[in-house]
Amino acid sequence: MIHSEVHPMDSLIRKDRMPHIWCSGCGLGTNFTCYLEALKKSGIPLDKCVIVSGIGCAGRAPGYTNIDSYHTTHGRAIPFATGLKLANPELSVTIFSGDGDLFAIGGNHFIHAARRNIDINIICINNFNYGMTGGQFGSTTPLGSKTTTSPYGNYEHPFNLVYVAAASGAVYVARWTTIHVRRLASSIEEALLKKGFTFIEIISPCPTNFGRRNKLGEGLDELKYYRNHSIIKHFIDPKEADLTLNGEIIVGKFVDIDKPTFLDNQPDLSQKQDNKVTKT
Amino acid sequence: MTMIRPAIRTGEHFFNGDVACAEGAIASGCRFFAGYPITPATEIAEAMSARMPEVDGIFIQMEDEIASMNAILGASCAGVKSMTATSGPGFSLMMENFGLGIMMEIPAVLVNIQRGGPSTGLPTITGQQDMMQARWGSHGDYEVIALSPCSPQEMFDFTIKAFNLSEKYRLPVLVMADEIVGHMMEKVIIPEKKDIHLISRKKPAVAPEEYLMYQPEADHVPPMANAGDGYKVITTGLTHDEKGYPAMNAEAHEKLIKRLCDKIIKNRSDIIEYEERYIDDAEIVVITYGIPARSTLRAVKDARNAGIKAGMLRLITVWPFYEEKVFELAGKTHALIVPEINNGQIVREVERSARGKTKVIPIRKFAEMHTPQEIFKVIKEVSK
Amino acid sequence: MKNIQIKIGGFGGQGIVLAGYILGKAASIHDKKNATLTQSYGPESRGGSCSAQLIIGNDEIDYPKVSQPDILLIMSQEAYDKFTPELTKGGILLYDEDLAKPTNNFGKTTRVHSIPATRYAEEIGKKVVANIIMLGFFTAISGLISPDAMKKSIRSSTPSGFEELNVKAFDRGYESGLTKTNQKK
Repeated sequence: MIHSEVHPMDSLIRKDRMPHIWCSGCGLGTNFTCYLEALKKSGIPLDKCVIVSGIGCAGRAPGYTNIDSYHTTHGRAIPFATGLKLANPELSVTIFSGDGDLFAIGGNHFIHAARRNIDINIICINNFNYGMTGGQFGSTTPLGSKTTTSPYGNYEHPFNLVYVAAASGAVYVARWTTIHVRRLASSIEEALLKKGFTFIEIISPCPTNFGRRNKLGEGLDELKYYRNHSIIKHFIDPKEADLTLNGEIIVGKFVDIDKPTFLDNQPDLSQKQDNKVTKT
Repeated sequence: MTMIRPAIRTGEHFFNGDVACAEGAIASGCRFFAGYPITPATEIAEAMSARMPEVDGIFIQMEDEIASMNAILGASCAGVKSMTATSGPGFSLMMENFGLGIMMEIPAVLVNIQRGGPSTGLPTITGQQDMMQARWGSHGDYEVIALSPCSPQEMFDFTIKAFNLSEKYRLPVLVMADEIVGHMMEKVIIPEKKDIHLISRKKPAVAPEEYLMYQPEADHVPPMANAGDGYKVITTGLTHDEKGYPAMNAEAHEKLIKRLCDKIIKNRSDIIEYEERYIDDAEIVVITYGIPARSTLRAVKDARNAGIKAGMLRLITVWPFYEEKVFELAGKTHALIVPEINNGQIVREVERSARGKTKVIPIRKFAEMHTPQEIFKVIKEVSK
Repeated sequence: MKNIQIKIGGFGGQGIVLAGYILGKAASIHDKKNATLTQSYGPESRGGSCSAQLIIGNDEIDYPKVSQPDILLIMSQEAYDKFTPELTKGGILLYDEDLAKPTNNFGKTTRVHSIPATRYAEEIGKKVVANIIMLGFFTAISGLISPDAMKKSIRSSTPSGFEELNVKAFDRGYESGLTKTNQKK
């Protein structure tokens, strides 16, 4: 065994926090690595990069990242990040959190931050259920799926997240799966460098809870499923990208537009006096 | 061309309490306001929407009060003094993340212009019904700081005080006003910049490699690094250790909770402020806070004119509660009278602190302030 | 000057609270007295009953609410009916004679004066300045606040471009007040 070898991501993680809490077969480790890769490649000074999350399995990522990191309350990463970004526009603020956190309890914040075009980046790990609490259905769970709170099959229609993001005003919208590591990392890099509210959905396996109850096999089986059933369709109408339990997964970049951000649209009062932002 | 007003509007103004609060915030260096419209606190948001762009600050009207509370915590973590303002229903929505501010130790100011409750209650009419919610509204054990102003001038002064305390002790500080103070107009004197004493949070004195997020100093307060300062901040709402790392065990939890409480409890003498009137030889003391203090003062003056030895203790800092003072008064008075615009909240603290040494008499009032006569009547009855 | 209690009553949209604000500001900022303004209003922005309550004087103002007005400025029948019974004996009642009709008798000591404030305002060109005419009328009759202080307050409280119109309205009410009370200009 060679213990002296340095992992390429070592400088970006808090090594003393390893091992992480994620289950074997979970997509989060891979998704997180793609984020770190993008962070590194983006060239943004790491001292100016901030990662924020709410609660859930994905929400643990900030605690493992060796940059300024804020693990907030369930659903509230977006307004917290909004405050960070608006108070110090030099910061590059990214939210790394789950589908339940961002779209169920936090859904209202998502649509409004997108509408305002707050210059923050959202990476949403969609594993179709509440993994941390043991696998309940959520706002993205496909119709008919079994979870601990939908024992007869989920009877609620799910959100199509990329459609919600596009309709709410996000300037960049993409979807990938955990298997698309290179495309995902370069998409995250693109989003980090893009001005405005960006949204990337990552379809990610949760074999322990969602996969097991819906006979999707081990984590590796889910990745194979993604490989065989994903279709890249850039710039199609995200309305056409609905997801089902056993159907195809449309991935790609759907939106990439430019429009003024919340800060760009701030009133410009001429003849200002000397009252610069007071940092404490 | 519109005149751009300076950050500190030194001079005399005829302001309502809400506007005075906004000006106090700006004079404190507040450059971020997030809020949601709600009567009777809306005028604070309106004032901030006009003023923030004038001072290069940010005003953002959020989608709800949950978002408002989180946004000010985020902004404060980026190093900018931040405030939100609300009333009953919004205060309830803010409570979970008020707790996040307590746990992460983030300075900020939360203003509650109280109205009648529960639920939608009386949107346009006064109350002091959120005083216990201010103390215990978020889950878990913690200590809070809450100030209670009784005039527009105090809305200005106490907002500055609240910012200073929040920066010094690293927590969101509450300004518990009410509809009458929020809407009443009086002369507000704004001093010159040099006469406004401001406190800023302690910054780390060590290099980033040596910095621990939650390592307290002698005053129980840890220095605070802001996002972007290069300190690789790590913070969480989970129970955490000095590094800011999650620590899921009884020992770590007890240590953290005790420190969060100790930083307030052990600094009580620095935090607590109060006003005494006619107290030295008083045999009957009215203990009051907020707007009823003004009726109380009149009633106490009337009692003195009638030959009754009455006095007033006004709590400027309602939380932490000044129990030693109340106990001391209990030992040398016939009665402590507590007028409140609620069904009796702070009177419970008075009773607890008096420890049976004197009579404690609440004067409960709903949706309007007590008249001086109502308080005088009770003083007179007790004096017989 | 002993603290005086004043109540201004009318309906939403007449600028009742603005009138109170102008008066309070004139007293506290320009005449260096103490002044406290409180208000009461319904949920509606227009048409509901509305009042502004002021305490003005040189003494510390403790209880901020008006318990018994010494002076009433009335701009609706509802306000007339509701507030005139509260008036202190020997107080002053001023009302817009086109908006309220007297429904009660006062003792000899009460000074009662009326003015067609809204009609005068229409003559000047803007119905909305009726409140300012009432303030002019009040200033002349009560003698509590200096006309200079009132004018300063009016100029700094009305929308830009409308200052002169409002000062004109004030003068109209002020002159009328002097005439009613046989004072010289």
